[in-house]
Amino acid sequence: MHFKARASAAAADKALQAKLATAKGLFVEGRRRAVAEIDLEATREASKDIRNRCLADLDLWLERFEREATRRGGQVLWARDGAEICRLVTDIARRHGVRKAIKSKSMLSEEAGLNAALEAAGVQPVETDLGEYILQINDNELPSHIIAPAIHKTKEEVAELFARVHHRPRKTDIGEMTREAREMLRAHFLSADMGISGGNFLVAETGSVALVTNEGNGRMVTTLPKVHVVITGVEKVIPTLEDLATLMRILPRSATGQTISNYFSVLTGVKRPEDTDGPAHLYFILVDNGRVDLVGSGFQDMLRCIRCAACINHCPVYQTIGGHAYGWVYPGPMGSVLTPLYVGIENAIDLPHAATLCNQCGVVCPVKIPLPELMRKLREQQVERGLRPWGERAALKLWAWLARHPRLYALAAKLGVRYLNWLAEGGDRIRVMGIAPSWTAGRDFPAPEGRTFREQYLSRRSK
Amino acid sequence: MKVGLFVTCLVDLMRPRIGFAALRLLEAAGCEVVVPTSQTCCGQPAYNSGDRRAARLLAEKLIAEFEGCDWVVAPSGSCAGMIRAHYPDLFADDPAWLERAAALGSRTYELADFLASVAKLDKVPGDFTGTVTYHDSCSGLRELGVKAQPRALLAKLPGVILREMNGAEECCGFGGAFAVKFGEVSARIAEKKCDNVRASGADAVVLGDLGCMLNIEGKLRRMGDEKTRVLHIAEVLAGDDAKG
Repeated sequence: MHFKARASAAAADKALQAKLATAKGLFVEGRRRAVAEIDLEATREASKDIRNRCLADLDLWLERFEREATRRGGQVLWARDGAEICRLVTDIARRHGVRKAIKSKSMLSEEAGLNAALEAAGVQPVETDLGEYILQINDNELPSHIIAPAIHKTKEEVAELFARVHHRPRKTDIGEMTREAREMLRAHFLSADMGISGGNFLVAETGSVALVTNEGNGRMVTTLPKVHVVITGVEKVIPTLEDLATLMRILPRSATGQTISNYFSVLTGVKRPEDTDGPAHLYFILVDNGRVDLVGSGFQDMLRCIRCAACINHCPVYQTIGGHAYGWVYPGPMGSVLTPLYVGIENAIDLPHAATLCNQCGVVCPVKIPLPELMRKLREQQVERGLRPWGERAALKLWAWLARHPRLYALAAKLGVRYLNWLAEGGDRIRVMGIAPSWTAGRDFPAPEGRTFREQYLSRRSK
Repeated sequence: MKVGLFVTCLVDLMRPRIGFAALRLLEAAGCEVVVPTSQTCCGQPAYNSGDRRAARLLAEKLIAEFEGCDWVVAPSGSCAGMIRAHYPDLFADDPAWLERAAALGSRTYELADFLASVAKLDKVPGDFTGTVTYHDSCSGLRELGVKAQPRALLAKLPGVILREMNGAEECCGFGGAFAVKFGEVSARIAEKKCDNVRASGADAVVLGDLGCMLNIEGKLRRMGDEKTRVLHIAEVLAGDDAKG
């Protein structure tokens, strides 16, 4: 099923929209309150500068990161694509005799389809982020939001699922349900041989990975098992801890409206003799998967993204169709830009057009990514590569030609108005419009007033 | 003060009275108004469809038509935004045209913005009576900073009571070709906007962009709301005399 069909179906799903509206209320209102505590524009500008500074010398900062991480006992591995991620992780698992891997949220592992690869290699992957856990026990359902993966589910739906999978009496109190999930996960935390996490930032000067989480599972995943594997995109590197402090002023505020997340971990190196916990083996898998090609391209701005989801939370289209309609890992405005860039422009034709260009995303982005401009740029590439449907191209060509020939344009406008008024049958609205049925399927099209402005203006002036 | 009125293609086609209302308001503000009759479209549909070449040709045409004016005013935030915020991008590789585009862009205004900020219209000719709610169109608001200006002008009408709706700054779902390419999604977003309009209890929703106007009016009527009026800010400010 294509995006258009999924989006149309989702647009009719009022239950889905009600769920999204609840979350939107929390995220949008929360963000508004939280960003009022800081000098928002100065912080956005500083954050943008930090990200730009990294991207300008990405190779150097990555080498610095590799040096510092290696010095502290970590091992840095590089993956070109999802298949390489899967191969590296399963190799590590084999080397350490891993039977079970606990996971903290990692969108890269979604990009790679890592869970299926682990299962095929005889390793049981267990998602421990509550949202991801819910999806995993629901037959490996896909996430629909990058920071709230199960946002499309109601409490009642989760209650049903828990009762069915956990074989326990149905509970609907969120606290009790969470406790039940924790009880289920506890055994996995204690028996896993490997922890897999994403990374919000990589700090080059210390070789550290920074994790921003709210549930505490991230700490368990990264400190309990003897092996910790961090999987993250190459663009996540930042130069210094000072930079991290700046970005942390804006990331939780933009994401969940929190001043600071419940947990904020900066993990550096393997367990030393004097440490009470931590992994004996630490691997960083730094992933390209389409990112490196964006450096120096017209889309480099997109690499600034810090995955806060503010653009998603504020998007009128996302709020109407939810994340699954977007068809890949990343939904909303950031997804409409990233997906075509990562999976191929020709494989995601609709996404850059699935936006009203209202720029609500652009004004809330903490690192000032001009998302509507990037979507427009993708539209331009579709035109340049001849990927648009011929009917659209022909209509656009004809219209643009007419618009450059004022006399013919005036005639066409005059006839157009008469035609629309004929469709309106003398009334003030058109109920069915053959040339744009998708407009009148869901709303009327107001009829033109009468003669065009130009006709009236010229006749008034000649009086 | 010579003002070129850029009527916009949608006003020309759908709502000429808004063009005449704009004309009347600019004259009331003491401007000498010219309406180049060769004008057609700013090129925004081509630009947003990814056809830069067509957009650029239309931009060149518009720049040549309006360059002789001190100011360019359009009764539309998105058309004025196209000229001011996006024309420079179209000519990024052509310094001579870029200079002309940037110069014209800096003199281009959305109608309410121009009347309030530049022409400083004091006496508003309209006589509208009733409660209104104002829909902030995306381009006007986020590209041009049009927010306080229309409200300040409405406040000059003694019979108008402004009642803000929830989500006034949220998109109505129009988005140009989006409204047709993704009709169901667009209409559903419009429905949320109309719910907010209706919940405000206003007699009329007032706005400054034709796209939003057609979308919101079309959805209200389809929802069975025959009562809530959908008016362009120019119509409200200019009063009935603007009608031909």
